[in-house]
Amino acid sequence: MAYTEDDLKKELETQEYEYGFYTNIESDTFPKGLNEDIVRAISKKKNEPDWMTEWRLDAYRIWEQMEEPEWANVRYEKPDFQAISYYSAPKQADPNKSMDDVDPELLEMYRKLGISVDEQKRLQNVAVDIVVDSVSVATTFKKTLAEKGIIFMPISEAIQEHPELVKKYMGTVVPKTDNFYAALNSAVFTDGSFCYIPKGVKCPMELSTYFRINEGGTGQFERTLVIADESSYVSYLEGCTAPSRDENQLHAAVVELIALDDAEIKYSTVQNWFPGNKEGQGGVYNFVTKRGLCEKNSKISWTQVETGSAVTWKYPSCILKGDNSVGEFYSIAVTNNYQQADTGTKMVHLGKNTRSTIISKGISAGKSQNSYRGLVQVNSRAENARNFSQCDSLLMGNECGAHTFPYIEAKNKSAQIEHEATTSKIGEDQIFYCNQRGIDTEKAIALIVNGFSKEVLNKLPMEFAVEAQKLLEISLEGSVG
Amino acid sequence: MLEIKDLHASVEDKEILKGINLEVKAGEVHAIMGPNGSGKSTLASVIAGKEEFEVTKGSVSLEGEDLEEVAPEERAHKGVFLSFQYPVEIPGVSVTNFMKTAINESRKAKGLEDMPAKDMLKLIREKSELLEIDRKFLSRSLNEGFSGGEKKRNEIFQMAMLEPKVAILDETDSGLDIDALRIVANGVNKLKSKDNAVIVITHYQRLLDYIVPDFVHVLHNGKIVKSGGKELAMELEEKGYDWIKQEATV
Repeated sequence: MAYTEDDLKKELETQEYEYGFYTNIESDTFPKGLNEDIVRAISKKKNEPDWMTEWRLDAYRIWEQMEEPEWANVRYEKPDFQAISYYSAPKQADPNKSMDDVDPELLEMYRKLGISVDEQKRLQNVAVDIVVDSVSVATTFKKTLAEKGIIFMPISEAIQEHPELVKKYMGTVVPKTDNFYAALNSAVFTDGSFCYIPKGVKCPMELSTYFRINEGGTGQFERTLVIADESSYVSYLEGCTAPSRDENQLHAAVVELIALDDAEIKYSTVQNWFPGNKEGQGGVYNFVTKRGLCEKNSKISWTQVETGSAVTWKYPSCILKGDNSVGEFYSIAVTNNYQQADTGTKMVHLGKNTRSTIISKGISAGKSQNSYRGLVQVNSRAENARNFSQCDSLLMGNECGAHTFPYIEAKNKSAQIEHEATTSKIGEDQIFYCNQRGIDTEKAIALIVNGFSKEVLNKLPMEFAVEAQKLLEISLEGSVG
Repeated sequence: MLEIKDLHASVEDKEILKGINLEVKAGEVHAIMGPNGSGKSTLASVIAGKEEFEVTKGSVSLEGEDLEEVAPEERAHKGVFLSFQYPVEIPGVSVTNFMKTAINESRKAKGLEDMPAKDMLKLIREKSELLEIDRKFLSRSLNEGFSGGEKKRNEIFQMAMLEPKVAILDETDSGLDIDALRIVANGVNKLKSKDNAVIVITHYQRLLDYIVPDFVHVLHNGKIVKSGGKELAMELEEKGYDWIKQEATV
């Protein structure tokens, strides 16, 4: 029998989100709802110093005065912030215990996620911090990194052990007042990763954080802070998954990067939160604020592969404050079924001779909507600023949409800004051409999509690129109409 | 090898092929000629299994197996190759990567392991020399920014790589200058053997000076109205298609 598109569609319907399992771990979960007492309770649970508690309360008060933003090109039922539990922790998570003491169910979950927490990771040169629900449960390689003076630990530990660094930098790139979700995160963040690379140190391995929402009815609000001191270098990876659930789960993270003079930070994300089922039920609301600050001669490079989430609202940005600093944004955003993504970047040129590059690849299938939103801003003092932006959209079928919203604000005459955009559709002719050479439709789509995304995939660290490529194939199976 | 019996095919309820009979044996070269709109390219697409065309009657079989229920990619695995008149572009996918995928998919269908990289490289080197293809060309995106001649040469390069049983060349001569035509024709001639067959679809006799057919068929209004040896092609070149059309209506 010939394998038709209908068969393919049927197969897709029965095929489930690979990471949709729920692990039955005993957890310690706060009652639903948010008020000052809950914020205090989170802070207390974390045994935080007073300054941190006050910082959170201040953020909470700011958040209370703010309204949820409406300008993004996405439609969804607004979360009820009083129906979410703001703290959930696997009961066994005690970073001081050895691996033998860890709940076997938790270890089984790591196995399913494809994470080996043991020292085998050494071979792959990746140090991992894993955040399940609200807390960080395992950080590997702390010792190896410490020898170089690198600090890589859960942010809750950093608050205890390195308060001077946290106090100095947290909220400097994404202030509490920045936006609705950043304010919320600042009030209730429960964990995340902290990383400091000392002067002149090139981090010898990839640092990686793996985020997982496990418990139902909870939100995940993690906070990541990466500081690359003068002339240092770090490559940071971030991966995300969640169980399949009928309800929408909220993920509102804040990531702040600080690249001091001559430093370089490479930040890569493969986001695969549960996207909801094929009718558009459930899935994660991913409302994330990511921003980096570049001092003199420094460079920040964001690379993201976004395949999951029901709704994505995310703009990893660079403030090019120092002269000669460089900002880069490479993105692949895939939407299928009823997914909606509004993602892009902001490049703010403040210093002289600052340069930025934006390469955005949007792939839409099913009934999904995929928007690129970007801002290139050149300040009046930013002499000789240069930007190149390229936004390509690939459509599959007739029911999806691709949108591009590029904003340019140039206040200096010497600025050079280029913008290119293309929209194309995977044609039946392309598929048939591949079929005729012996390549089936599914593989053909994967081939075409990988070709389309190549410029961005090439920017990912090798090991991650393979995973991302696989993810693209899974996300788009059976999506040609 | 390839047997076509009373083949009728339509697109959007419009009948294009109206009863084609053709038998192509191993080792033979057949030329199919005819005026524009006679159904030549449709015939090629139907043999390759393009779903847009509905076969309403008759059959196409390869080595005795009816192809009706066989998907286009499986036909390719069984040895059907179509050199496209208008090859499509696939940005970001290099010629090499495309060929590697095609060959390994065919091998997978036959229960074989992927071809070792060393063998693949050797094969690519050998076949690109056959078609006088610059190796830099192989890292370019498939058909993107290729000239007309490069596209056609690339089609025949793929044919050389895949070693089909039945190769259909749809208007391979269009858009080729005389040097490219010679290279492409030489390539096809070298690939020809007693175990495979070639069907050349062309509007003009020009290509047939280089790829000499054993049989020539004239397609008109969805039917083969005349068949003969290579001298028929000469006659058509001289007299045009009008006399065929008249003969067919009488």
